[in-house]
Amino acid sequence: MKRLINQTPTPMLRVLLGLLPFVLLVLLYMFASEARLAENPSDKLLPSFTQIGDAIQRMALEPSKRSGDYLFWEDTLSSLTRLGMGVLIASAIGLALGLFTGALPLVSASASPLLTVVSLIPPLAILPVLFIVFGLGELSKVALIAIGITPFIARDIQRRTQEIPSEQLVKAQTLGANTSQIVCRVLLPQLMPRLVDAVRLSLGAGWLFLIAAEAIAATEGLGYRIFLVRRYMAMDVILPYVAWITLLAFVIDALLATLSRRLFPWHHQGGQ
Amino acid sequence: MKRISLFLLLLLLSTTASARDSFKICWSIYVGWVPWAYGADQGIVDKWADKYDIDIEVVQINDYIESINQYSMGEFDACTMTNMDALTIPAAGGVDSTALIVGDFSNGNDGIVLKGKDSLADIKGQTVNLVELSVSHYLLARGLESVGLTERDVEVVNTSDADMVAVYATPGVTAVATWNPLLSEVASMPDSHRVFDSSQIPGEVIDLLIINTETLAANPALGKALTGAWYEIMAHMNGGDERATAAKTFLAELSGTDLAGFESQLASTEMFYTPAEALALTNSEQVKETMQTVAEFSHKHGLLGEGAPDATFIGVETPASVYGDSNNIKLRFDPTYMQMALDGEL
Repeated sequence: MKRLINQTPTPMLRVLLGLLPFVLLVLLYMFASEARLAENPSDKLLPSFTQIGDAIQRMALEPSKRSGDYLFWEDTLSSLTRLGMGVLIASAIGLALGLFTGALPLVSASASPLLTVVSLIPPLAILPVLFIVFGLGELSKVALIAIGITPFIARDIQRRTQEIPSEQLVKAQTLGANTSQIVCRVLLPQLMPRLVDAVRLSLGAGWLFLIAAEAIAATEGLGYRIFLVRRYMAMDVILPYVAWITLLAFVIDALLATLSRRLFPWHHQGGQ
Repeated sequence: MKRISLFLLLLLLSTTASARDSFKICWSIYVGWVPWAYGADQGIVDKWADKYDIDIEVVQINDYIESINQYSMGEFDACTMTNMDALTIPAAGGVDSTALIVGDFSNGNDGIVLKGKDSLADIKGQTVNLVELSVSHYLLARGLESVGLTERDVEVVNTSDADMVAVYATPGVTAVATWNPLLSEVASMPDSHRVFDSSQIPGEVIDLLIINTETLAANPALGKALTGAWYEIMAHMNGGDERATAAKTFLAELSGTDLAGFESQLASTEMFYTPAEALALTNSEQVKETMQTVAEFSHKHGLLGEGAPDATFIGVETPASVYGDSNNIKLRFDPTYMQMALDGEL
C-alpha cells in the first residue's frame, strides 16, 4: 500500500475530483430551492433553475419591454468598457511609474514615498471626492478603477525592475548602452510579461471597484443591475449575473495568460 | 437519503408558524420608526412582552432594504417598512404580511429638488438622480403626473442614498428625488428649490409595522404586546412636557441630529400618536385607492415579478374592501389590534 502522500490521481480521476465540489454545490442548491419553493411557491430567495432560465431568457434574449434594449448585453458591454479603460489606463501609468522608479534612483527618491502613501489610501473611501472632481458620468467610474489598481501595478513593476540582475545592466553599459537604451532594450522587454501578471492579479480588485462604482450611480452595467433588482430580491436575475461576472473574469484571466505565453514564450520557459 | 436531506433542509430553512414565546422585530433609521429604539431602551417593549409572557428582541438594521429582505426570509417576525415596499418585497415574494400598526404618513419627508429652477414642470428633459424603484421613484412618477409629464420626459439615474448629498454638490447633477434627512440637506444648498414633496400626495407614503400574518395568527400575544408598547411610546413622545422633550432628545441623538432637527423631521411627518388617528386612515377608502396607485406603479416597473399579468395580481385587503385578486391576498391592513388599543383592551 502506497502512503497517502505518494498517491496521485489518474488524469481522469483528477477531473472527476475537481468537478465533485461543483456538482455537490449544485445539488445542495437544488434541494434547498425545491424545499423552499414547496413551502412557498412565490419565494424569491432560492429560485429554481427553470426560474433562473426564464430570467436569463428575459434579460439576454428578449428586448426589454420598456426600452427595447437587450439589457443583459447592454450591461455587459458598458461594464467591460469601463473595466477595460480603467485597466488600460492603470497599466500604462503603472508601467511608467514602476519602470522609472525602479530604474532611476533619482526618480525613485522623490516618487517612491508618495507612491507608497497613495497606495495605502483605500480608494472606496475617497469615492465622494472622486464624484466631486470627475462628476457622475463614465469618467468617475473609470477613474475609480484606475486609481484603485495603479498603485498596485506600479509597486509590482518597481519591484520586478529592481529584481533584474545588475550584471545585465553592467554588461549593457560595457557594450556602450546609454540610459534610454538600457530602459528600452534591457528593462522594458523583460517587464512586459510581468506587467501582464500584475494586471491578472489586479483584475479582481478592478471588478470590485467597477461594481462599487456602478452601485452608487449608473444607468446600466452589471453591478447596476444587481443593485437595482436587489430592491425586490430578484435572485433569479442576481444569481446568473454573478455567474456571468465569474465567467467573464475567468475568460479574461485565461486570455491574458494565453497572450503572455504567445508574446513572451521566453518568459515561460524553464517551468515559469 | 434524498428524503432525509430534504427533511434536514426543510428544518434548516423553514420558519414554523406555531405558537412560540420569543420573537424578533427589526427597524431601520427613519423618523417614524426610530421610536422603537426608545421603547427598547426604556424597557417599554420588555414591559409589554412580560405582560403577555413572551420575549421580544428589537434589532436595528443599518440598511433599510436589507432589513426588509431579512424579514422576507423569515429572520424577523416583524419589520418596519413603507406600504410600497411591503407590497413589492414581502408580499410579491409570497410572504403573507399584515400591517399591524399604521404609524404615520410622509407629509413632506420625501421630495424633489431642482437646482436653479423653481417649478416642477422645468424637470422636463433633465436627468434625475434617485434611488430607483424606491418611494422617491414613486413620488417622481406622481409628481410628473401632476404636471402632465411622464417618466419618458426625464432620464432616471439610480444613485445610492448614502451618496446623494455628495452627488448633488457636483455640477452635472441638476435634479434629485430623495427623503429626509437628505432632503433638507440638499434643499438647503444654494439655488436649490423643493418643487414637489409628499405633502402634495398626503396619505400615500405610509410607514407601517409589518408582521408575518401566520405568526400573528398563531401568536396574538405578539400583536397585542407590540401594539400596546407602540402606543405607550407614542404617549411618551406626544406633547410638550418634560418626558416628551427627553424622549425626543434621545431619538434626535440616535438619528444623528439635535432636538430642533428632529422636530423639523417630525413636522413633515404626520405621526399618528393615538390609535384613533391611525384607525381613521386605515379604515378609510383612501388606503385602497393608494394601494391601487402603488400597485399599478409597481407593476409598470416590473416590481410585482415578471409572472404578474397585471397590477391586481396580488390582493391587498383593507378594512374598507379588497384591492386585486381576493384569492391571492398577501398584504393585509388589519385594524384589529389598533382597535383594541383604542378600546383599552390591551
